[in-house]
Amino acid sequence: MSTDTSTTSTGSAADGKSAPGRADRAIPRTGESITERSTLIYRALRWWPIALLILFLVAPYSALPLPGLLDGPLGSPGSLQLIALCLVYGALATGYDLLLGRTGLLSFGHALYFATGLYATDLAMLELQLPFAAAALFGIGCSISLALLLGSVSLRVTGIGFSMVTLAFAQAGSILVQRNPGGVTGGEEGRAAPVEMLPDSLVGIENTANLYWIALGYLVLTLAVVQWTVSSPTGRIWEGIKENERRVEVLGLRPYGFKLVAFVIAGGLAGAGGVVYLLLTGGATPQAATSDATLALLVMVVLGGSGTRWGPLLGGVLYTWAGHRLGDLANSSAIADLPAVLRVPLSQPLFLLGALFVAVVYLLPGGLAKLPARIRAGRSKTDTVGVPGPAHSLEGGTT
Amino acid sequence: MDTVVLLTCTGLGLGALYFLVASGLSLIFGLMDVLNFAHGALLSVGAYATWWAGTEGGMGFWLAVVFGTAVGTVAAVLLELVLIRPLYNRPRDQILATVGVGLAVPALLMGIWGADSRPFPQPAALSGTVGLFGAIVPVNRFVLLAAAALVLVALRLFLSRTRYGLVVRAGVEDRAMVTALGIDVRKAFTLVFAIGGAAAALGGALSGLYFGSVHPGQGTSLLIFAFVVVVMGGMGSVTGAAVASVAVGLVQQFANYYTAAGLGDLSVVVLLAVLLLVRPRGLTGRLA
Amino acid sequence: MTDSSFLTSGQTDPAVGASSATSAAAADRAALLSVRDLRVVIDGLHILHGVDLDVAPSGVTALLGRNGAGKTTTVKAIMGLVPRTGSLRFAGTELVKLPTHLVVRQGIGYAPEDRGIFAGLTVAENLRLAERDGSPAYDLVHELFPELKQRAGQLAGTLSGGQQQMVAIGRTLLNGNRLIIADEPTKGLAPKIVAEVADVLERAAATVPVLLVEQNLALVRRLAGTCAVLADGRTAHRGGTAELLADEEAARRLLGVGRPAPAATSVPGPAPTPTVAVPPPVVPTATVTKEVAP
Repeated sequence: MSTDTSTTSTGSAADGKSAPGRADRAIPRTGESITERSTLIYRALRWWPIALLILFLVAPYSALPLPGLLDGPLGSPGSLQLIALCLVYGALATGYDLLLGRTGLLSFGHALYFATGLYATDLAMLELQLPFAAAALFGIGCSISLALLLGSVSLRVTGIGFSMVTLAFAQAGSILVQRNPGGVTGGEEGRAAPVEMLPDSLVGIENTANLYWIALGYLVLTLAVVQWTVSSPTGRIWEGIKENERRVEVLGLRPYGFKLVAFVIAGGLAGAGGVVYLLLTGGATPQAATSDATLALLVMVVLGGSGTRWGPLLGGVLYTWAGHRLGDLANSSAIADLPAVLRVPLSQPLFLLGALFVAVVYLLPGGLAKLPARIRAGRSKTDTVGVPGPAHSLEGGTT
Repeated sequence: MDTVVLLTCTGLGLGALYFLVASGLSLIFGLMDVLNFAHGALLSVGAYATWWAGTEGGMGFWLAVVFGTAVGTVAAVLLELVLIRPLYNRPRDQILATVGVGLAVPALLMGIWGADSRPFPQPAALSGTVGLFGAIVPVNRFVLLAAAALVLVALRLFLSRTRYGLVVRAGVEDRAMVTALGIDVRKAFTLVFAIGGAAAALGGALSGLYFGSVHPGQGTSLLIFAFVVVVMGGMGSVTGAAVASVAVGLVQQFANYYTAAGLGDLSVVVLLAVLLLVRPRGLTGRLA
Repeated sequence: MTDSSFLTSGQTDPAVGASSATSAAAADRAALLSVRDLRVVIDGLHILHGVDLDVAPSGVTALLGRNGAGKTTTVKAIMGLVPRTGSLRFAGTELVKLPTHLVVRQGIGYAPEDRGIFAGLTVAENLRLAERDGSPAYDLVHELFPELKQRAGQLAGTLSGGQQQMVAIGRTLLNGNRLIIADEPTKGLAPKIVAEVADVLERAAATVPVLLVEQNLALVRRLAGTCAVLADGRTAHRGGTAELLADEEAARRLLGVGRPAPAATSVPGPAPTPTVAVPPPVVPTATVTKEVAP
């Protein structure tokens, strides 16, 4: 094992824990024990997602107060509800990024598939009298079918045309839900989930922890699906499509089918999110279907970092948390005492989020996930002068 | 018969409103490939500036409209210079930045003047009705139509008679080639933003007349239908936007009246999707 | 349009060869535009990696190379239409940091590969758009292309390919340009029109230097004194045009013309095929004046 130390510390250097690793190599003989320890720390740090997951799993048993972050103690129903909502939106953003960050598709209609899962599940229980599990499967099935149908249609156009068609379809869905056809969707009011159709363990404030675990499970599922598909051969083709669709065509592949797969997977994940959201909030409301809901997902993804593993999750959690906390902040006395010039903008969560969004786009391309790398790059100032690569003479249509 | 006349006039009035928003949107997208999600916000800015000048500012109605239009124009120019221009090499980020502005500005208006609708000052001469073929039609429909017609004529004159109009028309076709003729196309960018902002703000001022009130989300709710108009009319085509505006306004009014409410809105949106799919490039040639 | 025909015929005019050799030497002394180490990276792909090129202060300089060698990209890089690094000295001014419209305003007229015509604008509007100073030379343009005057009100998109090319070249002649860059101006044109375009280019080159990207080697031979040849995004050769085209082996190696050589070995025919010989490693004669070090 000791012979491996130099390689492992090199590995850790690549992962940003470089300082101890480099010191080891400078003093190879005397630094033996330091190396061992740093390797152990590094090993432990590599498992941080698992550690975090365990922390999240046991959070309902904790009474830890987190003043500023949460109103009540960690395990209180109110806190769990907010955290669960954050996790659901983090997962939704992660699924949405399968389109935006992984395949390069700017869809303005993702909320439609979320809302489909939400409403179809709710209505299957209310109107078809299906038990919850069957209704959930029905809801997700509806989302997948709709994504397959509308995706196969809207992916026939590319670029901003695709964005426009997805926006149009989603808007049609949003109008449909709001107009309350046949009294089914409940119009502006929405429809509350039927308590009698839900399992007892998922109803009532004392069971918030169960809902929280379901939200956590949904997040893990989404992360796993995204990670698995992105690292699959299909995922590499998505990457190619994102970078240069023409080049994928040159390789003799049809991007259409691959994009459709991404669209359907993302739609199915959003539908599953709708099911979890239904449980969490106890009903379906038309806000879920609006274009604002899609724009919110877009903001989350861009805020956190599009095309990264943890960025969309981070963005979704932060956005949701901030949306709730900023609402509280807006009503707090600290804001009320400010002069109007400051008080008015600060009391509007959407203004702050919109402004933050612009700032992120403008000042922080790549989102929060790229921030550590940017700071490191700024600190080390290592000018990586681009060495001209091998002779790629692939000139699309030039000369 | 009188119902048809009323619906036609209302549809045309709505179409005029769409045109005021869509004409600028279309020019901006045609020239710069920027889908301006902040365009609805510019309309809201124009509406609120007009409302403010007409009530708290104590201006007369027409002066207030001029003021509102001017404020919207300045806002649009600032938007282009401060936010769009630095992102010139990042087209997707340009769209995202306008999304952010489109979220922030209505929220700011809401913060300042509240979320509720504000009654809009209606000058006596414009608040009445006229009889037309047996129908009683509100005068403000005709004000909107006249304003839209005026903007259409002015835009067409600008595009056909001036050098900058020529640059804009050429830039819609091939922006790079315009620069390769020695023309600084960025000046044209600022100009189309100014024109688009002015038209949208005028639309905002007059939408207060049409709806009788202003509220912060006014522009955003009109924006999606303006998108429909832009795509249907062909990006960068002012005349196409005019035709599509009338079509969308009329279809919406008639379908909403004669079928279930909301079906008109739905049919317009579905129409857009179908059109885009049948003629993905034919409409604009520049969609991809 | 068989490019190989005149190559194999080997009818070299010694006078042309001599004059182009001297003009090549002149180009080295005082090039109007000297391109050094021009590099272009697009979407992470290195398309140009070190193009060197001198445009002679008079006459036509040809930019040659096989398809995909980077000719159009080189021209676009000079114009600033693609991101580029390196050095572009034009009559004492460095262009590499300038945006496209300022490059043009240095006095460079550009007729792009696809002609860059605004289809929805009239012929007159296409020309008017190109006006840069107070006294556009419409007399010259209309004298060279009388058709453009007759068709002033016609939409440029409805013109034939040859007429569109006239608009494209006309736009470069409208202003007092110091250099004209024409990217494959005869591409896709009928032979008669090709001759017409060639005449115009020859006339233009009498007063303004021209950088010409061209596949039609007959035209290159007729117009261009000096040339640069690109291969795989690099300059592979610079020198006199006549010498290059006279050297069958070098022309084949650099330009891919006279390519039927391998096929000819299998085709039974009366002609003996000396061309199958393995290309000698060293350029044997002094006709190729200068080989650029990579």
